[in-house]
Amino acid sequence: MVPTTFGVLVLTFLLFHVVGGSPAEVVLGKNATAESLAAFDARYGYDRPLLCGNWSAIRALGPTPRERLEKQGARGLCRLPLAYGLPAGSYRVTAGRALLGLREVATGLTDEALLDGPAPLTFAVREGWKAVTLDVGGVLPTALRLEKKTGGFFDSQFIHYGKALLTGDFGVSTEYNLPVTRVLKTGVGPSLALTVPILVGGTLVGVMLGLLCAAWRGGAADKAVLILSTVLMSVNYVVWVLAGQFLLAFKLRLFPIWGFESAAYLALPVLIGIVSGLGRDVRFFRAAILDEVYKPYVRTAQAKGLSGCRIMVRHVLRNSLIPIVTYISLSIPFLFTGSLMLESFFGIPGLGNVSLNAIHSSDMAIVRAVVILGALLYQGVNLLTDLCYAWLDPRVRLN
Amino acid sequence: MARDRNILRRLWRRWDTRLCLLAIAVYCGAAVYGEAVYQVCRVADRTPSYNQVHEGSRYVPPAFVRVFAKNPQPAGQPLYLLGSDNLGRDVLQRLVQGTRIAFHVGIITSLIAIPLGVILGCLGGYFGGRMDSVVVWLCATVASMPGLLFILAIAMVVGQGLLGVYLGIGLTTWVSVCRNVRGEVIKHRGRAYVQAARVLGYSHARIMFRHILPNVTHIILIAFSIRFPASVATEVFISFLGIGVQGEPSWGIMINNARLRLWQGVWWEMAFVTLAIFALVLAFNHLADALRDMLDPALRTEQG
Repeated sequence: MVPTTFGVLVLTFLLFHVVGGSPAEVVLGKNATAESLAAFDARYGYDRPLLCGNWSAIRALGPTPRERLEKQGARGLCRLPLAYGLPAGSYRVTAGRALLGLREVATGLTDEALLDGPAPLTFAVREGWKAVTLDVGGVLPTALRLEKKTGGFFDSQFIHYGKALLTGDFGVSTEYNLPVTRVLKTGVGPSLALTVPILVGGTLVGVMLGLLCAAWRGGAADKAVLILSTVLMSVNYVVWVLAGQFLLAFKLRLFPIWGFESAAYLALPVLIGIVSGLGRDVRFFRAAILDEVYKPYVRTAQAKGLSGCRIMVRHVLRNSLIPIVTYISLSIPFLFTGSLMLESFFGIPGLGNVSLNAIHSSDMAIVRAVVILGALLYQGVNLLTDLCYAWLDPRVRLN
Repeated sequence: MARDRNILRRLWRRWDTRLCLLAIAVYCGAAVYGEAVYQVCRVADRTPSYNQVHEGSRYVPPAFVRVFAKNPQPAGQPLYLLGSDNLGRDVLQRLVQGTRIAFHVGIITSLIAIPLGVILGCLGGYFGGRMDSVVVWLCATVASMPGLLFILAIAMVVGQGLLGVYLGIGLTTWVSVCRNVRGEVIKHRGRAYVQAARVLGYSHARIMFRHILPNVTHIILIAFSIRFPASVATEVFISFLGIGVQGEPSWGIMINNARLRLWQGVWWEMAFVTLAIFALVLAFNHLADALRDMLDPALRTEQG
């Protein structure tokens, strides 16, 4: 379980921090100033290097230094516009020579410092001062980089990410401006209220139909249920929701259409959830039960003269519980992450709704947290399932 | 190849699977036609007819309804076999374009997921040991991600549009292919023909891909027939949410358009789109069942 947890960590980090590009640009938009982007990066820790390193690139270089450098050549000094004043800290720039324009924040006094030596040049900005201009020389335009010294070699996004997750800190939602855990906590209740009845109801109905199919295997009822379940499986989820809302709630007025006020509001989404999953469930349960039906112990039970009902429930069902429990356990993580579609369509303020809104508003912290929580839950449930096997099957216990 | 032709013949002999094959052929034709229209309009740089707005003929019911209602075709209008939508666009032509996008999604995601799964599964199953542990670890990690949400997250990160959908679906659904191929390769690893190839000094790559892989193609065929409808359904869902296709008539976008008009009694767009999705997915699902019964010996003995 530990390696896969680490895998989840790496995968989500890759997705949200490496592939995703700059979160600041996503959240603040294309027209944000470099200063506000840098402030965003500093606030959420995106100004650190990705994996490790003593230096990390910053956004202070303006958008056009390279063309200017090319125009003026690398002989003399070329003035680079800084997008914002560099606050106190250690920096380095890849240049042969550089003239630093400094300003004391409180008084407005200016000062200059000439840096010379082998590239890259390192310099420090004192407390209370800001570096406002930078003139560089002796550098190829493509090689120009301005970097800030980090807190240490391992002061990186990845390490902080891992540490934060280990302490249960999922960061701050950019949309709500609240800690992600607070946002998610409010969604768990409604999600569970929706998904637990779906799981319980779906399993009961599915297992019952599966048993009936297996008991009358090859008969007309079995064939009808099989065909029906293939048909049910082929109806798109979106269609279930829209059809249920339109026909049952709007036309026939059997259920309230939208909202989350009383148990009645949950009836229709639960019904849709059960029916939409039923096709797949029944087929799986039927196959799992059929695996057992042809075993010799069933013939023995029949020879003893036990009733068909007793054989199916007491003997066959018990033996086919292992695949059934595995199948059910795999859907437990979705109890918490909720149903994206049902929740957003019926206005249930659960985790599915929250994460769908987060995707629409590019709120990465929330999406990331829900993905990670879902993955960790999945692994936890897998572990519990393994323990469950021992309880269900004495042979596993002996080993 | 001989075996593949044999499979096709056996599928053709049963009436139900023959119907599925015919339906899929019709959809293929529609997709190819849609692609041709799309490419011609793209090259000629003109608005394709499925995107042309006809202000004068909004919400025209399907042609057959008009015939029954003794409502003659107004002059100067397109035919609208399946009616028109809120901007007077022909529903039938948009359905054809939707078919094109559905096939794009089904095929391209398969081209991502199946090679990935096959290669990883072959490597893990054939070499075993540390390589196998890495493959199993990768499978377990990706499998534990919450499916749809992870796809949506990938689509969001990559950026809205079809590329995000392709990558999202392709990079998350290779696990089952990988597991099945790995299991089958492990079975074949110890067989006599593999040992003979090894004694002959063939390279590992040659044994894996020239000797073992042809014996596990049925798994790939089954995997394709299962994941094609699944990825089409997922695309519909993603596009419906507004994260997938932009500006093109994907089935998901059509449903999203039609759902607002449904309350006002404009039923045809919704009905035909859902019917189109349903028939395609049903045909593929049923074909997948038949293929599995036919090709998977483990299941065949249990059925008997």
